[in-house]
Amino acid sequence: MDVPFFTQTLLPALNKGLAVSLALIVPAALFGFLGGVLLGCLRVFAHPWLRRLGDWYTSLLRGVPLAIQLMLIYYALPYLGIFFSPYGAALTGFILCTTAYQSEYIRGALLSIRLGQIRAAQALGFTTWQTVLWIVVPQAARRALPGCGNEIVYLIKYSSLAYLVTCMELMGQGKVVASDTFRYTEVFMAVGAYYLVMVTVASRLLHWLERRYAVPGFAGA
Amino acid sequence: MNGIEPPVLQVEGVCKRLGGKAVLEDCSISVRRGELKVLIGPSGAGKSTLLHCINCLVVPDKGDILLEGERLDTRDKAALCAFRTRVGMIFQDFNLFDHLSALDNVAIALRKVRGMSRDDAAARAREELEKVGLGGRGGHYPAELSGGQKQRVAIARALAMDPRVILLDEPTSALDPELVGEVLSVIRALAKDGMTMVMATHQMDFARALATELLFMEHGRIIEQGTPEELLADETTRTRDFCQRLGELG
Amino acid sequence: MHSLSVVWHALPDILAGGAVTMVIVATALLMGLALGVPLAVGQVYGGPGIRRLIGVYVWFFRGVPILVLLFLFYGLFITLTLPVQPILICCLVLGCTSTAYQSQIFRGAIQSLPKGQLQAARALGMSDATAIGGIVLPQALRLSIPGWANEFSILLKDSAICFVLGPQDMMARTSFAAARTHEHLALYGATGVLYLLITLAILRLLKVLEVRMQVPGYAGTGQGATEWGG
Repeated sequence: MDVPFFTQTLLPALNKGLAVSLALIVPAALFGFLGGVLLGCLRVFAHPWLRRLGDWYTSLLRGVPLAIQLMLIYYALPYLGIFFSPYGAALTGFILCTTAYQSEYIRGALLSIRLGQIRAAQALGFTTWQTVLWIVVPQAARRALPGCGNEIVYLIKYSSLAYLVTCMELMGQGKVVASDTFRYTEVFMAVGAYYLVMVTVASRLLHWLERRYAVPGFAGA
Repeated sequence: MNGIEPPVLQVEGVCKRLGGKAVLEDCSISVRRGELKVLIGPSGAGKSTLLHCINCLVVPDKGDILLEGERLDTRDKAALCAFRTRVGMIFQDFNLFDHLSALDNVAIALRKVRGMSRDDAAARAREELEKVGLGGRGGHYPAELSGGQKQRVAIARALAMDPRVILLDEPTSALDPELVGEVLSVIRALAKDGMTMVMATHQMDFARALATELLFMEHGRIIEQGTPEELLADETTRTRDFCQRLGELG
Repeated sequence: MHSLSVVWHALPDILAGGAVTMVIVATALLMGLALGVPLAVGQVYGGPGIRRLIGVYVWFFRGVPILVLLFLFYGLFITLTLPVQPILICCLVLGCTSTAYQSQIFRGAIQSLPKGQLQAARALGMSDATAIGGIVLPQALRLSIPGWANEFSILLKDSAICFVLGPQDMMARTSFAAARTHEHLALYGATGVLYLLITLAILRLLKVLEVRMQVPGYAGTGQGATEWGG
């Protein structure tokens, strides 16, 4: 095996890419989740018209391939006078898309809460706010956790699409080295390993969280 | 019984329409301290809706509700919450908080509504669970309890708030027959201790033995009202007719 | 209305690419079905060695992004001096990935069946192979239809990534046309709508299939079909 190629060329490039990948994934996961909570609540509680708007947004962003969304943001929006850096385009695309997917899990979790739970809280004198804080949120969070966590795992993998808009993250760095050296197999084995590590760590963390907050007989625990 | 003291709970002329259909028409109840009023009648008569209207889980269209002589203003959110802390409610399907242990189910309202410290609330909750015979089950989650145990936790949860009156909406009708007894004996003990209660039930033996007064409901109205002896002795009452049919079925 | 005329002229070509896209998706879906079922059976009923091996396969193909796999397989084809056929590589990558995902759908379905089903079949004197093939799988496959519908819509969207290797699919032809005409907005917009329409049409079809395959009183049918709120 050509050790210097790995230690001097490939790994430094991939490490640089990894930093960019993480700079995409972490804020996209965070803001995507917050957006999903907002949109999910909107789709359950808002005025029917707003609700329908939220449903349309979700169907649209879940029905159109992410690759096309990214191409539209990076290559088409400049014609409308909206310019993005590659990083900005990728991050925006990821946030908009993840928001749609996350809202689906949040909506499902909110709809799964039985009316009786809310009635019981009211009967004990809880205010609306207290009911939401102490009954609705803890229950919905547990029901949404597997789906939302899984969505973050997906996001890690699909962050590689940032390469399509020339953002030099893990995938992009790998592609440059591969094109220069024509060692596709080794390079993408290594890139794959980076993603495998990220995905595995994220899934482990998710499972730990699920177990940590598991309640017997609740939410499939 | 003290005649000067106002009734603990007064319900005056409550009306409710749901989906264009009148489910409650001009229902009035007056409950004095230590009384147990039992609502009976066929399914769909409005017993459950009436109980839900009393603590405004279903907001009545018309009528007044007075607790210890104080008229409830249903539009005043803070007053409504304060009112509900003083009126306990037991549901047909328990409605324990699924994500909380039995102990936390009892303690959560003490902490969040009453503002008690975690330790004080837990101590009080343990005491209440003890009273309903579930002292050892505090750490169990609802899914790990039998129906009868769930309902006893629900009763402990209501008692912990020191309610002036407890509303019980068919507390045993979702239970397997062999579990009915343990819940009824808890309610019986409460009645003996002088707890004021309004209860909807189909358990006629229980009602006959303990009710201060029976209220027979049909089509959203209270059509007969009186002590069990009066209503069940008179051959012409709907109550007696209804109970006989229940007896034949049972 | 220059954009519209560009879209109008590019549309026949893009639609022809739609046929290629469907070929890729259909191949991957069928490959996933053909390999996913045995993998699922192996993972539920197999020995520890087989279970471990299948576990590693599933872990790998669910953990590595499609884009990385495409270039990795491209490199493997070159290393092994196989003819570099973009469409073949795309089918293979999506097929391998879908195998991993579908095996988990079927595994979940098999495990959700009551244990008594297999025991009852054995009690009737069936061999394990007959029992699994004749009793367990027909039930499990029926339970899998909603998950399968979901898998289809994911595959269709993932197939859009394949254009980096340049098969003549819908996305590749759109990107060529966009590069030539600089009408990115109209062209990608139109192709996006096409993907959306194909997804909706096929999901509607699978919904009909699901209803027709339903066995009266059979628990679980319709579960997980929330993907499109259908």
